[in-house]
Amino acid sequence: MKQELGPTGSSHQNKKKTKKKSEEATNNLVTVYIMGKAHKVPAGSTIMGAIEYAGYQIKRGAGCREGFCGACATVYRMPGDFKIYTGLACTTLVQEGMWLAQLPAIPARKAIYDLEKLQPTVETFQLLYPEIFRCVACATCTKACPQDLEVMDYIQAAKQGDIEKVMDLSFDCLCCGLCAIRCPAEIVQFNVGLLARRLYGRYLNKKSQHLEKRIKEIKEHKYDQEYEKLMKMNREELTKLYYERDME
Amino acid sequence: MYPEYMKPSLDKVAQTRAKRFELAKSGKPVFPPMTAEEREKVLQDFHPDYKPDARRQVRVGPNKGELLTAEVADLLESHSRIDPQKFDLSQPDFETDILIIGGGGGGCAAAIEAMRNGAKSIISTKLRIGDANSMMSQGGMQAADMPQDSPTRHYLDAIGGGHFDNKPELVRALTEDGPKIVKWLEDLGVVWDKLPDGTMQVLHGGGTSRKRMHSCRDYTGAIIMRTLMDEVRNHPEMVEILEFMPTVELIIDDQGRCAGGILYNMETEEYFSVKAKATIIATGGFGRLHIRGFDTTNHYGATGDGLVMAYRAGANLLYMDSVQYHPTGAVYPEQIAGFLITEKIRGAGGQPVNKDGELFVFPREPRDVEAAAIIRECNGRKNGITIQSGRVGIWLDSPLIEMLQGEGYINHQFPAMFRQFNRYGIDITKEPMLIFPTLHYQNGGIEINEKAETTIPGLYVAGEASGGVHGRNRLMGNSVLDYNVFGRRAGRNAAEYVKKVKLGKLTLEHVAKYEQELKEAGIKADRIAPVLLPLYTPEEVRKRQLTAHYEGTLR
Repeated sequence: MKQELGPTGSSHQNKKKTKKKSEEATNNLVTVYIMGKAHKVPAGSTIMGAIEYAGYQIKRGAGCREGFCGACATVYRMPGDFKIYTGLACTTLVQEGMWLAQLPAIPARKAIYDLEKLQPTVETFQLLYPEIFRCVACATCTKACPQDLEVMDYIQAAKQGDIEKVMDLSFDCLCCGLCAIRCPAEIVQFNVGLLARRLYGRYLNKKSQHLEKRIKEIKEHKYDQEYEKLMKMNREELTKLYYERDME
Repeated sequence: MYPEYMKPSLDKVAQTRAKRFELAKSGKPVFPPMTAEEREKVLQDFHPDYKPDARRQVRVGPNKGELLTAEVADLLESHSRIDPQKFDLSQPDFETDILIIGGGGGGCAAAIEAMRNGAKSIISTKLRIGDANSMMSQGGMQAADMPQDSPTRHYLDAIGGGHFDNKPELVRALTEDGPKIVKWLEDLGVVWDKLPDGTMQVLHGGGTSRKRMHSCRDYTGAIIMRTLMDEVRNHPEMVEILEFMPTVELIIDDQGRCAGGILYNMETEEYFSVKAKATIIATGGFGRLHIRGFDTTNHYGATGDGLVMAYRAGANLLYMDSVQYHPTGAVYPEQIAGFLITEKIRGAGGQPVNKDGELFVFPREPRDVEAAAIIRECNGRKNGITIQSGRVGIWLDSPLIEMLQGEGYINHQFPAMFRQFNRYGIDITKEPMLIFPTLHYQNGGIEINEKAETTIPGLYVAGEASGGVHGRNRLMGNSVLDYNVFGRRAGRNAAEYVKKVKLGKLTLEHVAKYEQELKEAGIKADRIAPVLLPLYTPEEVRKRQLTAHYEGTLR
């Protein structure tokens, strides 16, 4: 999977060893259909690696490349199988006969709101995302989720105003949009989860007394003198202080 | 699943685990931390920055004659993407108060704070908003809000970690704003990890003397970034977002003030001009330049664009001779080579051990020292594990975490890491991870002051693109804090500045001048920058890309 490593294709041991396609010939190759076109790519590649190996320069469809940003939502079918599958191109491995296409963008509605004027209650969901009440509990969203989240369950929790549960179940959501694009009730699940997390963080997470206290101390210039002393110290004085400091 | 040939080494790690567990429980350091001299020696001998060919003199621009990371010098000695003469700036395509270059954490924090201070902005971003390293930080954010901690102690940790090269006023801004940032983010809806009574759940990071790492499980960056993006999107009347439209040059007015930029629509290949009273560079770092051929943890667009734009306009760079290699990048399986293994693993008690299952370094040295010690263990002492492709690594013993913190801790606190390895049949609650340092962070950048100002009036920089905050080595959790602190400061200060400034005639003369300077220095390279995206097309494909003349958009 050298094409994942960058233009030098070299390993971290600095041995320049750009892998050429011809070298791959001896390796295990599989055929995948990228937007319908057949390409032979190394078995064990991620879909993203395979697309680049085939010669495409990705513009839309790659972001963090490590499973955090959700830019690379991909749909695919397998030969002899009626099912439609979903995955992230950066973390899903190719299989023989895979027919795949990346989704360059997900049309999705996002409610515009002022967090300061919202209540952490079910009414907020009724107001901003009323379509969640159209959920038919088919669990297509859950099946589509590349993070294996219980998407349908958090939509049900949102309908009941259980914001803590929505926060908890949607915490690892990447907003890739595969749930929304598959939903027969046309719900934008990932934006519902995002709203719930913000409501939880703002209104329901227990406040931290020590944080308020420290902010007040800083505002009242409690650390000014010590800062000025530290900022005037030369390198030797700082070094001494640094290596002598105690550890928690 | 690990291959059979790794089993003897894995068995040794399992055998020494009980002994290492007792050591960890004792509360004393599990391995003696290095002295100043020992740190210096391991860096000299094994850190990639200290290799003889790692640096070279840059031949043009404000830092002319200075030794910089060789790939950075190459980047700076590149041609512009545009011919300045072809641009008529008398009729700009867009006009706004502030042009924000980069849609990551720094850019979004700046947009929010600018709008709260009455200024409108345009965010110009190469990929989508939020496609940034900010999205990917896992372990946490430092801030000194615990009773046993103090902002000045955070200051000492940060400046010591940076080898005392940090600009004091920037470290003060960073550490003094810390607690306020925690609160600001919570008010925006960030879900911090807390104990049931509301006390922040904090951990150590490398080089910290107090536990002050605040987290959102191991999706810290993702939670913060999505919160900031969502808030930006709640204000379309104040912030216009232009995606897949990176800025490729700055515009300077006839008084030498920054006055916006030239944007490139990567899909239609058109250029647009934006006239702005102030400009904020928040373009992040350079991991996708693959310094010294290293794998990187960075997102797809991390090509150091802001550096070269600002440099051509005359901004000074600071510490661009220093590269951060994260101590723990994945080695196996190869599909995830170079991916980040969060430092929070070591914060929670995970230990780096060699092929014999033995500790060889204190697990929480500052990043450069820890990385150099791991390279020494692999390449110097030959105590690493070599995998079939030739890569070498050492173990990061994660099962220890469950023993120390209780069963289920990894599943709850490290869902991303668990998922990452579980896809390949490796259960990190039961087996360790194979790791080696990976290219992670641009320690230096465009020099700023505590107001996030550069030497060019009207040009501000925030986050990884800036230099001076972290000296020559950033500590874990200080970059998330950095982009929030300086993103906000840049947004607020730019919003104040635009109330007074009256721009003169817009020009791109500095681009032409820089081109002239390249010519006079005899630099004939055909490199073009900003690079925008790395090239991962295999050689065999490139050999067939034989279009003789490019016309229109069909290449």
